Amino acid sequence: MSTTTDGMPERHAMGKPMKRTEDPRFIEGRGRYVDDFTLPNMLHLAIVHSPYPHALLKNIDSSEALKLPGVVAVITGKDLEAAKLAWIPTFHGYDKQMVLAVGKVLYQYQEVAGVVATSREVAHDAAELVNVDYEPLDVVADPFSAKTDKTILRDDRENKTNHIYHWEVGEKDKTEAALAKADVTVKDRLWFQRCHPAPLEPCGIVADMNKATGRLTLYMTSQAPHAHRTVVSLVTGIPESNIHIISPDIGGGFGNKVPVYPGYVVATVASVILGVPVKWIETRTENLTTTGFARDYHMDVEIGASKDGKLAALKVSTTADHGAFDAAADPTKYPAGMFGICTGSYDFPVAFTDLDAYFTNKAPGGIAYRCSFRVTEASYAIERSMDILANKLGMDPAQLRLKNFVRKDQFPYKSPLGFVYDSGDYGPTLEKALKQIGYDDLRREQAEKRKRGELMGIGISTFTEVVGAGPSKHFDIMGLKMFDSAEIRIHPTGSGIIRAGTKAQGQGHETTWAQIVAEELGLDPQKFLVEEGDTDTAPYGLGTYASRSTPVAGAAIAMAARKIRDKARIIAAHLLEVAEADVEWKDYKFQVKGAPQKSVTMAQIAFAAYTNPAPGTEPGLEATYYYDPPNMTFPFGAYIAVVDVDKDTGSVNVRRFLAIDDCGTIINPMIVEGQIHGGLTEGFAIAFMQEIGYDKDGNCLNTNFTEYLVPTALETPHWETDKTVTPSPHHPFGAKGVGESPNVGSPAAFVNAVIDALSPLGIRHIDMPLTREKVWRAIRDAEATTAKA
Amino acid sequence: MKINVKVNGKDYERDVEPRTLLVYFLREHLGLTGTHVGCDSSSCGVCTVVLDGDRAVKSCTMFAVQADGHEVMTVEGLAAGGKLHPLQQGFWDQHGLQCGYCTPGMLMTAYALLKRNPNPSEHDIREGISGNLCRCTGYQNIVKAIDQAAKELAAPPAAKEPVKA
Amino acid sequence: MFPAAFEYARARSVDEALALLAKHGSDARILAGGQSLIPAMRYRLARPAVLVDINPISELSYLREDKGALVVGALARDAALETSAAVKRYRIIADTSVVVADPVVRQSGTVVGSLCHNDPAGDWPVTAIAAGASVLVRGPKGDRVVSIDDFLVDSYTTAVGEGEMAIEVRFPTPPERTAGAYYKMERKVGDFATACAGVRVHLAADGSIDDAGVAIGSVGPKAMRVAEAEKLLRGAKPSKDLMRAAAEAAQKLADPVADNRGSAEFKKAMAGVLVGRALSLAFERLGVGGPK
Repeated sequence: MSTTTDGMPERHAMGKPMKRTEDPRFIEGRGRYVDDFTLPNMLHLAIVHSPYPHALLKNIDSSEALKLPGVVAVITGKDLEAAKLAWIPTFHGYDKQMVLAVGKVLYQYQEVAGVVATSREVAHDAAELVNVDYEPLDVVADPFSAKTDKTILRDDRENKTNHIYHWEVGEKDKTEAALAKADVTVKDRLWFQRCHPAPLEPCGIVADMNKATGRLTLYMTSQAPHAHRTVVSLVTGIPESNIHIISPDIGGGFGNKVPVYPGYVVATVASVILGVPVKWIETRTENLTTTGFARDYHMDVEIGASKDGKLAALKVSTTADHGAFDAAADPTKYPAGMFGICTGSYDFPVAFTDLDAYFTNKAPGGIAYRCSFRVTEASYAIERSMDILANKLGMDPAQLRLKNFVRKDQFPYKSPLGFVYDSGDYGPTLEKALKQIGYDDLRREQAEKRKRGELMGIGISTFTEVVGAGPSKHFDIMGLKMFDSAEIRIHPTGSGIIRAGTKAQGQGHETTWAQIVAEELGLDPQKFLVEEGDTDTAPYGLGTYASRSTPVAGAAIAMAARKIRDKARIIAAHLLEVAEADVEWKDYKFQVKGAPQKSVTMAQIAFAAYTNPAPGTEPGLEATYYYDPPNMTFPFGAYIAVVDVDKDTGSVNVRRFLAIDDCGTIINPMIVEGQIHGGLTEGFAIAFMQEIGYDKDGNCLNTNFTEYLVPTALETPHWETDKTVTPSPHHPFGAKGVGESPNVGSPAAFVNAVIDALSPLGIRHIDMPLTREKVWRAIRDAEATTAKA
Repeated sequence: MKINVKVNGKDYERDVEPRTLLVYFLREHLGLTGTHVGCDSSSCGVCTVVLDGDRAVKSCTMFAVQADGHEVMTVEGLAAGGKLHPLQQGFWDQHGLQCGYCTPGMLMTAYALLKRNPNPSEHDIREGISGNLCRCTGYQNIVKAIDQAAKELAAPPAAKEPVKA
Repeated sequence: MFPAAFEYARARSVDEALALLAKHGSDARILAGGQSLIPAMRYRLARPAVLVDINPISELSYLREDKGALVVGALARDAALETSAAVKRYRIIADTSVVVADPVVRQSGTVVGSLCHNDPAGDWPVTAIAAGASVLVRGPKGDRVVSIDDFLVDSYTTAVGEGEMAIEVRFPTPPERTAGAYYKMERKVGDFATACAGVRVHLAADGSIDDAGVAIGSVGPKAMRVAEAEKLLRGAKPSKDLMRAAAEAAQKLADPVADNRGSAEFKKAMAGVLVGRALSLAFERLGVGGPK
């Protein structure tokens, strides 16, 4: 067998940079996104939004709106109350949220009414004419004010407090004792700002209730169509067999298309009542101001270490801002997601983390934007703090990390916060990154530049993250266990169809799922139709987010393919006229042991399955597998950023960025590289320019793309990427998943680099986004302090 | 108001309101859904089409009535006679797309760019597409795709290799 | 997201446009590039009852040098200035032409339209002031030429009166030994400027500056001429101290409002920094000084 350039054995389909099967329709403009669907007699829904962040809802007068020709209905919270649909449960089940406001509004832009009309334009015209009376109330604009309970936001809840829950894990007393005893400690408040995934395609739905058949069809921007179907059934009472969710092509998800939004519910209700299809497509402003935001964690991070840099303890206490409803789409038992990964790549002897979550007058949510369920926050906390610690110790940040990495021989590694890391080999990955970036030369250059007062910085991030939710013992979403599924059918002429419970929004499953099956069965990966997203035909799965598809559905696909191979063995024996024990699977075909010239291919077996079935077997060649992962997977990486800072303007130029990722076995390196490019660009945006900000009166400050900034090709740096490969021992083909790693690992690398550049001025930390002004001001304030001294 | 627009080489006569934006005219009146809507501030460029052969236009920032008597090319008109345009081939070969939502706009902007500047440097390409946002790719492979297409289009006819499917 | 309804009228000549403006009065707005007007209409911040589309008046798309000026017709697109060989000699205009909005918007947007819109954060007003431009306005009473200082009245307000339209903007052809530069600080391509600055300097035979134009933008209700900086520059020889003094004058004059792009203090400081850097680049182009 030949080997590839990195020493791995050459394989048939696994590891091949195969061009994507799905591309032809997209490059010809024939993708089918939700807004591309037009059904006969379809009406349009526009939402009326509250201008007030917190107010009593006194009255809604729809009379003027209803007079406009083309307006069919105006739906309010009162109408939904009658149908018991004014509130819906939130994803992790600890809270509920209003669909359309009843009694009061709790955030600016909250949905207050829905106008259904014959055209989009008329619906928007009519929305302007809906007259709403509000009585403004005091605004709670941040979680620290919320904590005082001076103004209670949620009088619908039993406990009249803005405090939602307290969560903790680890050993509090031991950790605090270790911190007290440590030679050196650092403690910092790090804020991971509120931001938003902002996929280019906004959320939307075409809801089509067919009164004749009783079937409700929803074309929906959904990253989890089966889970959504179950939720719709539970909430409406319509049996799942009569609910058909079609999640077609999705123009980017990044977690934005996991929650259930009021627009979906109102469109569905409207269709059920009116008996015609109703389309709701949100505007960009609605997307940014009402749909699932990300982050907004205020983290107090404390690390204790010996004076020679051996880590002793970690404590992280977080204040979490969830907005008006706790709509964070976490698995049930994990209200703070996977935040317990905050010990990162390091072997802390002891650790403790706790979190208090609060309601505020802002849009609801918390889980989104490629976060792996809060791993982005956790990773930022530890990687940023390690640099602060290195600075205090006077130690090189790379050396501090190398000294404290979990060692290869410690895997599977049980972290002090309860995770069992499957595999890792962190040292060599960082060493590879240091070598490739020319670290020693860069430090020399930095020393030279510092003599001239020039600000150059190097920032490292060596993250370990946790994905692949998840084992049924610990994970569920609204009670649904987080397995995933595959159904594979091979046709007589050797091609086939693969259906999975996941739903790609650009990740390339139509190509990679076929590569898995092709690898397992020795068939042509270009001859597989891959289907996802249609709940009538796809096997039940929990969808695509939190980098779970390859670890869970990918595993299901491999296992289903192996089931097919097991049956194929029987057919092979039948065709080769030997006993089953005498055939072996080698070189992608079945051979007679000891007589390799007697062989039969999977294609021949497929044909035989239909034309010459083996006695005692069913005809046909197919299998289904529902995979319950035994553990999460733990991708990791080493990222290094090199920056130059302009003192007079605060401008930061990212001169270089190197990402070495380890996601275990790679199905398609071209697709992995594309994921890294995209995720790094998002991390870059978060680090330097993105925030969904609110002023002290609760007004949203970043409501469209002129203020919520997505970088263009000119600002975006060139990304250098490479890999190491440490397979997952528990995954059928050793894969870990990678989609979110770049967003998890990169923000700290950028911030570390900038702070490193500014460290001669004594600057310790600046919160993201690192706008020019923040950097400029930090420099000025530091220079003024020095001048005074 | 009645308008006559030639789209992808075909003549259309339709009745529109003056306020109908060109992007909705294309998508809903003509059923050409390849051109997308992504924002409400003319920032994202997923709606980009080509007007009168060489002018890239954000079709959300133009009224359909303005296109009366003019020619519009959308992504559906790029492939001629069943053969992919070198730009489309470039995007496919270089993995210049993931979710596909920005792709039609990118292709049309790149089409107009290469008409103006047939031999763009990497910087020229990055600058040329800086009116088009992408959330998936980080632009790096899009730049490679356009570069491939530029070289393909600039090569003398005899030197061109048959397009691989 | 969707504009309010309006009536649409198409003008095939300037006379026809003026007649339509006369007919509809203040109900009518001119549609040229539309790259500022249409977004405002989609947010319903602008709700003209009538749009007069002047795009069919192809005779207005000229861009030429004529009688000592670069003359830019009302329908000359920003992109035409980007690629024009003539414009390359007007460095300040060339610099500006690659940072206005984004490269797609520039294919429709117009210089004259931008001046008539007079957004406080716009680029062309700054450049026009620094270059000493003037605008030809035509109305029922005939033509008049308005200096740029008189043309740019206030935020979104110009000297174009009811029933009038701007026909062209004229940038005087600079004599030999003139250089200009334009700097725009923006958070990303397509953003309005956090601060922007345009300068033009002409050197006399003895190497002193005998004419200068300095303007700053996005730091006040409209683009502003930094008259004090121009006074300091005239008669002086290029030097670091001179650049610093001019920059300080700009910073002093700037009167920005705080927004997502920055605090007033930051924007003021940046106005100064950008004037300093623009002067440095202009001097470098004249071969009389290195970068700062």
